[in-house]
Amino acid sequence: MKIDWAALGSVFGVSLVVTVALVGLFTLGIVALAKRETAAARGGSAAAAATGAYACFAACAAAVAYGIYLIVA
Amino acid sequence: MEHITLLLGIVIVTALVFDFTNGFHDTANAMATTISTGALKPKTAVAMSAVLNLVGAFLSVEVAKTISGGIIDEAGIQPEVIFAALVGAILWNLLTWLLGLPSSSSHALFGGLIGAAVMSAGWDSVNGSTVVTKVLIPAVAAPLVAGAAAALATRLTYRIGRGTDERATSKGYRAGQIASAGLVSLAHGTNDAQKTMGIITLALVTGGVLVPDSDPPLWVIVSAGLAIALGTYLGGWRIIRTMGKGLTDLAPQQGFAAQTSAATAILASSHIGFSLSTTQVCSGAVMGAGLGRKGGVVRWSTATRMFAAWGLTLPAAGLVGAGAELLTKQGTWGVVLTGALLVAGSGTIWVLSRRKPVTVDNVNDTGAAAEPAGVVTSAVAAVTPPPAGVVADGGLKATISSPDAEPQRPATV
Repeated sequence: MKIDWAALGSVFGVSLVVTVALVGLFTLGIVALAKRETAAARGGSAAAAATGAYACFAACAAAVAYGIYLIVA
Repeated sequence: MEHITLLLGIVIVTALVFDFTNGFHDTANAMATTISTGALKPKTAVAMSAVLNLVGAFLSVEVAKTISGGIIDEAGIQPEVIFAALVGAILWNLLTWLLGLPSSSSHALFGGLIGAAVMSAGWDSVNGSTVVTKVLIPAVAAPLVAGAAAALATRLTYRIGRGTDERATSKGYRAGQIASAGLVSLAHGTNDAQKTMGIITLALVTGGVLVPDSDPPLWVIVSAGLAIALGTYLGGWRIIRTMGKGLTDLAPQQGFAAQTSAATAILASSHIGFSLSTTQVCSGAVMGAGLGRKGGVVRWSTATRMFAAWGLTLPAAGLVGAGAELLTKQGTWGVVLTGALLVAGSGTIWVLSRRKPVTVDNVNDTGAAAEPAGVVTSAVAAVTPPPAGVVADGGLKATISSPDAEPQRPATV
């Protein structure tokens, strides 16, 4: 019996790292957006927060696109 | 199509029925968390999942060359063996649906194939070590992989997001969940609809309608995609309830972490080449997300029943598959009788399910989430206790009962 521990290990590692990274990025984006909204409510602006948020979402969108590519390929 | 015999026709119809049960059994994988956290309305969620499953079926035509991935020797496999295997898999899928337990449709198919192949050609036709590497180890690994990722991600998202207004972030979590649920649906359509296409194509090849190594005809692709999409749209609400509400209570943050971890683990496993069951990955992710929140709980009595069902999948579907093969070997009347028994068995399960229906309207009720009713429960109750009122009692019995389920695996392997 040959168990492919290397493959199993990489599935584990990749799942862990990618999930945590994606969830972290996305949460940062959400939090930044929420900050901008609070700032707007007070009459201020938070361009940095908005830019950061969209950068986070763009990275997540890229990950989703890569996921679709993996499904199709 | 003019050369299709009665047996071949029955095999094709049964394969499509299996595809359909696969669809509604697995709706929960993609949509349970989305529905239970309220990110999407139940009907919208299953409709979206159905469309993505259909799209997924057309995305890739690289049909699985083997239906069992080397678990059984497929050289010279007869259509009636495939038919018997499908009968075992369908009945197990329906039974676990009745009990509201998420279990792997692929493993049910493997179990049915093993049983039918053993009955048809003896134990030599089963590759025992492949069973261990493709079924048993993934069953242990999948919830651990997805669960660990989901737990860590849940912890992280709570830490980053603390101190922010919940109303401001809820829309974001909603979008995130929908996106990752969509990915899971798409991957499911690609993988599982192709499995059915593989079965039908193999049956057509063995029946002499197609030449070996040919691509599936268009009608096979279309019908397999439609069957899985229809099943998904009808929604296995019982399983959705168990996964979304029964195993743990999910907040939007947890639902998002669970669904992302499931999507990642499924794609990573299919791409790296250590295939994990979608159902087991998703159940593990939900439990991990439950554990990742401070004060979060996993209902271990429900989880234990689910694990027991995973352990029983192979032997149970195998026994039914073997019985069905014993009948179909007798000739045409045996095939017809097996078909009649399949219809009767499915009908009985459906009637039992009507006693306490779980529908789109009560899918998010928690009251009876962990307690499916009906006489069939007694069969499973012999292995695992129904959730007891006293927590300590349930936990104690659960620990005793799980070793019971274990020895049954080697017996059939």
